[in-house]
Amino acid sequence: MAQKTMIQAITDAMHHELKNDENVLVFGEDVGQNGGVFRATEGLQDEFGEDRVFDTPLAESGIGGLSLGLALQGFRPVPEIQFIGFIYEAMDALNGQIARMRYRSGGSKSAPITVRTPFGGGVHTPELHADSLEGLIAQQPGFRVVVPSTPYDAKGLLISSIRNNDPVFFMEHMKLYRSFRDEVPDEAYTVELDKADVKREGSDVTLIAYGAMVHTALKAAEELEKDNVEAEVIDLRTISPVDTDTIVESVQKTNRVVMIQEAQRQAGVASHVISEIQERAILHLEAPIMRVTAPDTVYPFSQAEEVWLPDHKDVIDKVNKVMNF
Amino acid sequence: MKDVLENIESQFEMFQVLDENGEVVNKDWMPDLSDDDLKELMRRMVYTRVLDQRSIALNRQGRLGFYAPTAGQEASQLGSHYALEQDDYLLPAYRDVPQLIWHGLPLYQAFLFSRGHYHGNQFPEGVNGLSPQIIIGAQYTQAAGVALGLKKRGKKSVAVTYTGDGGTSQGDFYEGVNFAGAYGAPAIFFVQNNQFAISVPVELQTNAKTLAQKGVAAGVESYQVDGMDVLAVYAATKMARERAVNGDGPTLIETLTYRYGPHTMAGDDPTRYRTEDMTNEWEKRDPLVRLRKFLEGKDLWSEDDENKMIEDAKEDIKKAIKQADEYPKQKVTDLIENMHEELPNNLQEQMEEYKEKESK
Repeated sequence: MAQKTMIQAITDAMHHELKNDENVLVFGEDVGQNGGVFRATEGLQDEFGEDRVFDTPLAESGIGGLSLGLALQGFRPVPEIQFIGFIYEAMDALNGQIARMRYRSGGSKSAPITVRTPFGGGVHTPELHADSLEGLIAQQPGFRVVVPSTPYDAKGLLISSIRNNDPVFFMEHMKLYRSFRDEVPDEAYTVELDKADVKREGSDVTLIAYGAMVHTALKAAEELEKDNVEAEVIDLRTISPVDTDTIVESVQKTNRVVMIQEAQRQAGVASHVISEIQERAILHLEAPIMRVTAPDTVYPFSQAEEVWLPDHKDVIDKVNKVMNF
Repeated sequence: MKDVLENIESQFEMFQVLDENGEVVNKDWMPDLSDDDLKELMRRMVYTRVLDQRSIALNRQGRLGFYAPTAGQEASQLGSHYALEQDDYLLPAYRDVPQLIWHGLPLYQAFLFSRGHYHGNQFPEGVNGLSPQIIIGAQYTQAAGVALGLKKRGKKSVAVTYTGDGGTSQGDFYEGVNFAGAYGAPAIFFVQNNQFAISVPVELQTNAKTLAQKGVAAGVESYQVDGMDVLAVYAATKMARERAVNGDGPTLIETLTYRYGPHTMAGDDPTRYRTEDMTNEWEKRDPLVRLRKFLEGKDLWSEDDENKMIEDAKEDIKKAIKQADEYPKQKVTDLIENMHEELPNNLQEQMEEYKEKESK
């Protein structure tokens, strides 16, 4: 057991899987000798060789096609897209091809591919680095979309994702890479996919979040406690599919919900989560479900991140509305 | 710069073995094929021409769905396929169903692909390849991946992919060839230049005088071949395959060919964009006529041989259509089942819903 950052936990997970399964291949732009632009793959090429961990030409669509082709030869590719804004270059490879492989072959072929990509705001990146584009992939049948919020979850979820025999889109929030440490076991362990996690128990209102917004929700919950509002915080972890059982169970207890995402209101998965709740638990609701999201503009110029990104005060405002409805 | 361009273009003279009269014009490039091989090539081309005629008719009767005519491209499609081995991996485009059939895909499954049934894409064990790719260019980047996979596995086989002239304008076309080049991967990239991308002539795709020269941008060995000459296509493919399995990397091959029919059977009318003269001109170069003349000159082919092949093909097609007709209809639960190895909860739920619906 050691205290690790999320980036260290992610490197750990790839290290275990490269060691455990010779079919695992890690590749992308600068992931080899350079160890990745965030050091996520640091030391992996030295240990496992250029045959297992390698650089690619600078072309995201090519990386997507390469992944699918390697999967068809029995490999278990773990490609990296350097920043999430570049997935537009690879959208056909991802949504048009990889996600559909098992289905289009009538179940006879599979694409056990884990696409890793950093995303998320708060670190003043240039244009098209920080956008929350999970909604685009979450709408594609065939892809699972995983967004960890802690080092512990990141390692366990990444190992589960790599071992899964179907495609997983694994999103790593840049602000969480090194912002805090967590107890992370040294050995390989898994965290189950498709399962949400109650990060804080409470009885008055359910806050549903994922990615960096989990910490925003937790911070809001701490503040709310001072006003005697006990918030339950659910970390979705897998955002496609959504773990409706865990959500409904919480809603039955709290009868109030605030859904929180960093993505714009018209994007992300908040609307989907809310639909699921109203369909499954409307009679348990004491108030409408409210959303905390970013405004429906293009991702902000870096100096405007502070005023644009949702924060814990936005969450508290919405909770007060829901509590006093 | 003008000199540079002319110099580059002069490197891509069309490679030909048989001329339009079935005469060998390039003895040095004559491939080493037995009489039986030569007859087999002719049989396959005749069979595939009949398959095209029957597929068009069946499509018009509503007994087939999506169909992209192949007549005219037999030398390009089958000459290239004949140079491959069973272990080689095919990544065809939507017009390249014949190569899959000759690689081992049962005809009734090819018909199910046309109709839109998942079983058409469930390739039997040992048939290495993917179902025809609809997204133009995607097969190219995937081929680079398959080829790298074969190289990593140490296999002596190649990934083979096809696109058309229009497809060379796609980003994935360039990325695929470039990746394979950078990794020295055993891939053969075919550009079947049939002169038109639906209604747009090749001159509108690029100012490049050949499509083969696009391989230069990736530093990849490239050739332009007479795509109406089955022996030239075979010879070029064989050579590319040898290079690939010997670790010398990928090859780009442009085959100059022509589709006599429309782009697809979905309402395309080629008389809107090309002249009868042009089609007549290409019909003189018909790959079947050319090989037939060559074989007749060697006393290897007769009218009886041809008629027998036509009858066999018609018989096979009749049986295959019947087999396709008899295949069970698709259910939503089948489609759900094929999505994941372990169904996520939303699909488990929907599976129950549709099981209920289907049981009524």
